[in-house]
Formats: sequence, C-alpha cells, structure tokens
Amino acid sequence: MTSVIKTHNLVKYFNDPVLFKVIKNISFEITKGEFVSVIGKSGSGKSTLLYILATMDSDYQGELLIEGETVSDKTEKERAYIRNKKIGFVFQFHYLLNEFSVLRNVMLPALKAGEREIDEIEQKAFEKLKLLGMESHANKKPHQLSGGEKQRVAIARSLINDPLIIMADEPTGNLDKHNSEIVFEIFGNLASAFNQTLLIVTHDIEFASRTHRIIELEDGRILFDRRN
Amino acid sequence: MNYRLIAGISRSLLMARLGQTVVAAIGVTFSITMFIALLSFMTGLNNILDSLIVNRTPHVRLYNEIKPNDQQPVSLYKPSTENYHFIHSVKPKKDFSRIRNSLAIIQSLRQDNRVMGVAPKLSEQVFYNVGSVDLTGIINGVDPVEENRLFFLDDYITTGSSEALKNTTNGIILGKGIADIMMSKIGDVVTVTTARGNKVQLKVVGFFQSGLADYDKVNSFTSLTTAQKIAEVASDYITDLQIKLFNIKQAPTLAAEFKKIYGIQAVDIQAANSQFETGTFVRTLISYSVGITLLVVAGFGIYNILNMMIYEKMDTIAILKATGFTGKDIKWIFIGIALFIGFFGGVAGLIIGYVLSAVIDIIPFETQALPTITTYPVNYNPFFYLIAISFSIVTTYLAGFFPARKASRVDPVIIIRGK
Ligand SMILES: Nc1ncnc2c1ncn2[C@@H]1O[C@H](COP(=O)(O)OP(=O)(O)OP(=O)(O)O)[C@@H](O)[C@H]1O
Ligand SMILES: [Mg+2]
Repeated sequence: MTSVIKTHNLVKYFNDPVLFKVIKNISFEITKGEFVSVIGKSGSGKSTLLYILATMDSDYQGELLIEGETVSDKTEKERAYIRNKKIGFVFQFHYLLNEFSVLRNVMLPALKAGEREIDEIEQKAFEKLKLLGMESHANKKPHQLSGGEKQRVAIARSLINDPLIIMADEPTGNLDKHNSEIVFEIFGNLASAFNQTLLIVTHDIEFASRTHRIIELEDGRILFDRRN
Repeated sequence: MNYRLIAGISRSLLMARLGQTVVAAIGVTFSITMFIALLSFMTGLNNILDSLIVNRTPHVRLYNEIKPNDQQPVSLYKPSTENYHFIHSVKPKKDFSRIRNSLAIIQSLRQDNRVMGVAPKLSEQVFYNVGSVDLTGIINGVDPVEENRLFFLDDYITTGSSEALKNTTNGIILGKGIADIMMSKIGDVVTVTTARGNKVQLKVVGFFQSGLADYDKVNSFTSLTTAQKIAEVASDYITDLQIKLFNIKQAPTLAAEFKKIYGIQAVDIQAANSQFETGTFVRTLISYSVGITLLVVAGFGIYNILNMMIYEKMDTIAILKATGFTGKDIKWIFIGIALFIGFFGGVAGLIIGYVLSAVIDIIPFETQALPTITTYPVNYNPFFYLIAISFSIVTTYLAGFFPARKASRVDPVIIIRGK
C-alpha cells in the first residue's frame, strides 16, 4: 500500500492566553484509496490537526510526510506547491471567490499550477462540475448559488488538479440533511469509483460510520482508530 | 510566477471595487495633469525669458575696459621698509576702448571649433537731435548678417529687417522708445551728433523692440561701416567682439582662456546674467515640488484604498493561499492593483495634461516686453511626460507595496478558523 500521509509524534502548542498542548504526539498513516473520517468533541483538535496535515500550518513539532517526503522543513513556496498539486481542501464555509464565475473558481488552482493550456483547463473544470451535477451553473457568480450548490462547486475546485488527497473540515456542517446526503454521496462515489483518498473531519456520526476508517480524537490524542 | 494569471486576478478584484479604484485613479490623474500642465507652462515661460537673454547675449563678450594700468610706473620702484608710495587718484590714460588687432583676433576665433561665430560691434555715444533737444543715445554698429545669424536681431525688429542695414548706406534701425519720441517713420532722416560734435544724417529703415524699455529709448543699430564713419575711425576699429559658442556651458572657461590669449577683458554670459539662471531654477523647482506633492497625496489615497481592500478581501486571500498561491503571488496581485491604478490614472493624466497645455497655448498673451509672443508659451517636452508616467508608477508601486506585503503575510488558518 502506498503511503499518502504519515505523521510521527506530531505535537502542537498554542500559547495564547497560556501555553497549551493541542496536539499530543499523534502518529498515524493514511494509504492510497482510503476514505477516512475524523471525529471528536468540539475542541479536541480536529481542525488544528487538519491544517497541519494540509501544510497550511507549519508551526508544529514532530514529523509529517506526504508521499514519503518530509514536509516539516519545506519553504513557504514549496508548501504552496504541495497544497496546489497534491491537496484538495474543502471548508465548512464555501469560500468561493465572488469576483469570479463558478467555472473560473474551479479553474483557479489549475491556472496557478500552469501546466496546461487554458482551453484544456476550462474543459477539465467543466467536467468536474458535470461530475457534481453543477455544469448548468458554470457561468453564474457564486453568490447566485445555494449553500449546497456552493459546496459542490468547492468540491469540484478541490478536484481540479487530481489531488493525492482531499481534505475537508466539516463540509456538511453548514448544510441541511438533504444537501449533506448529496455531499456524502459525492465523496463515497469518488472513493469507490475513482479510488480517491479522502480525509473528512465531521461531527456527523452517521456520516462517519459510512466511511472506511474512523479516527476519534480526544484532547489532542487519538482515542481510537478503527476500520469499518 | 504566472504574470497573466496574477494580472487577471488583480483586474477582477479591481473591477469588483470599480467605484473606489476610479476615485483613486482620479487622484493620480489630477496630480499628473497638474504636473504636466504646470511644467509645460513654467518651462515654456522659462524658455522665453531665457531666450530673451541667451539668444541675444553673447556667450562671451570681449572688450577693452578703460581703467588705469595695474602696473603703474611708480610700482617698478621697489619701496624699502622706510619708504612708501604716495600716489593717489591714479587716472586712466586717454585711450580708446577699441580692441587692438581686432581682425586677427576675429580670424583666430573663427578657426576655433568651439566657437559658433563672432559678431564684431562698435558702440558709439551720440546725441539724437529732436528739434532743439538732444537726447543721449548709443549707436551700435553691427554686421547685420552675423548679428542676425548668431543673436536673432530680426526677432525683435518690429518693422523693417536687418537686411535693410546692409542694403542702405547710412541706414539706421531705431529703438521703439527713441523712435516714438522723435515721431519718426520709415524713410525719415534723423540727425545725430557725435561725441566730437559732428552732425550725421541717417535714414530710418526699421524699428526694434527688445523688451527692455530703457534700452529701446537709447539704442539704435547701424551697419558696422556706418558706425565707423560716424565715429570717424578706421575699418578695423571695433569695441566689442560678441562670441557665440556651440556649448554655452563652456563660456566661463573660454572667457578666461580668451582673456589670457588676447590680453583683453572677457565676460561670460553666466557671470553677466546669474540672476536669470536662479529664476529659471526656482521656477522649475516649484513646478516639480507641486507635482510631486500632488502625487504623494494621490499615493496616500491609493495606500488607503488598498488597505481597505485587503481588509475586505481577507477571505479571498485565505482561499488563494489555501489552494496553492504563494505569499509572493498575493503580494503581486495587490501591487498589480496599485500599478493598474497608477498606470491608467497616469495615462489619463498625460492626456488631460496635454489637452490642458494645448488650451493654455491658445490663450492670448500680449506684452510690450515680448513683441514676438501672442499666446502663453508652452513647452511640449516629451521628457515631462516620461517623468510624469514614471513618477506615477513609482508612487503607486510604493503606495501598493506595504499593503501588499501585509496581504502576503495573511495567515489563511486564522481567517478560515475565524468564521
Ligand atoms: N489560535 C488559537 N490560539 C489559542 N488556542 C486555540 C487557537 N485555535 C484553537 N485553539 C484551541 O485549540 C483547541 C482545538 O481547537 P480546534 O479548532 O482544533 O478544535 P476542533 O476539534 O476543530 O473543534 P470544533 O469541532 O468545534 O471545530 C481548542 O481548545 C481551541 O480553543
Ligand atoms: Mg473545527
């Protein structure tokens, strides 16, 4: 099994207002094609861990390897490259850029990568939107979409550079039951049909129970790590 | 870095805040407009005032000063410690202010490749006879061709031309002031009395107006030969050699050199007219200061708007960073916005500045002092446009730099958590 993400003794402190250990010696590994959910009480450190894994936070101790390569000592530019090429991130709040059309939002990470012609990127972005049933909204502005629709566009954006792993922080946290179901189905489909590796932080136990593997955090430690 | 992508993002952010950016750009436009109009007008004015001096004044003037010899005979006798010289009120010897050996000097000057030309002159004190009144005057005998080529004599001859001096024997071009007093017309004959008491009749062939009323009340021009006839001197009798150089900056050094070689007095234009250079310098300085001040104010406007924009666009910055844009990309996106404002505001300023100068250029401006000028002078120097656009881009770059750097340092985690 090829390793996608591996951590060894990950530790993170916050020292505001007092020194406080949020992540306490976390070690685990995610391999290719796994569909992993992270659960835990509010304040247990789920988001904090995810930002470290996504290379957005570099202020930690311990080791983080992506595809077997150490990330900890990489420069800001190299980490930006990793986020662009290898990680697709979906947030709880949709975070689309209102200045651009839906299609352009999806295209942006690929434009940044700059490895393909614009026509090709546009076509690919359109395909990703189609995969999520959003192709008819391609030319709208994000503010013209519903919350669920925005989240589907955000997922399409996370897929544009065919990332190694998709990470999501409570992607259904802001959606109703129906839309949550749609989003879950999309993730399930990506995992089964495309063998996409996924790491999803969620509060929804039912959602988690339908993934391949559940990691539960408590006070910055792994309480259990169980395969379904 | 993908500049087209970065520029595209800059443009989209800017379009989303079109109202604000237009206001910022108008600030730049206004300052560039003023900068261009002010400099064009001020230097136009400078050029005219300078040409009043520079075109008409010899770069180096050679003459003989009537003054006592520095080497008085008594000084040849070395006084001992007990003896002193007691000769007061030493007077100059009766001598002419003529330049000795003038023809040879002219010839040697004309072979000097730093010298554009030499115009000989003979100034002679006379009295203009107006009925029973005699008015003091000066007759300037000049070589009309050289005088016009080097010092643009025709530019201030309002009636007639320097040509007439050459073609008419005993022709005279009167200053406007004295002509008005004598109520003379072209073709009239005026009588002048020389310092030695001879009366000479001269035919009026033109009038000139130099811009200096006092000068015009006293001076007249004749040809060199006519002046020599009036003064009753030989044909090599010249009191002034007026030299025009190729490079005016060399005047002081060449004046010193000629003084030494020819053993006569030499004065350079810079020494003779230092106040004009000061005036020119001050006017230029004022124009630049006003222009730059306006630009700095516009720069602060841009700085404010960018700071505000960055505050509003925190989410955008965070998401761009989360999807792989580097701090440097973000910095250039915002500098790009500033440069857009600077460039388009600046170009609009150049155009409006040009139009404004063109408007100034057609406003009538008539003055006694400047007979050849009918509208306000404007200098359309492309150099000002180049400076203005460079200034506007540099100012907006600096105004954009600090907000952009702040944006590049935004930590996406803080923004994303903050919701
Ligand atoms: N910038 C910060 N400075 C200090 N403490 C922080 C900071 N951010 C988070 N914390 C603390 O770190 C702990 C973990 O926060 P984190 O956001 O990772 O929790 P979480 O598991 O994602 O919770 P939730 O389920 O509510 O999103 C919390 O106790 C939180 O108060
Ligand atoms: Mg969280």
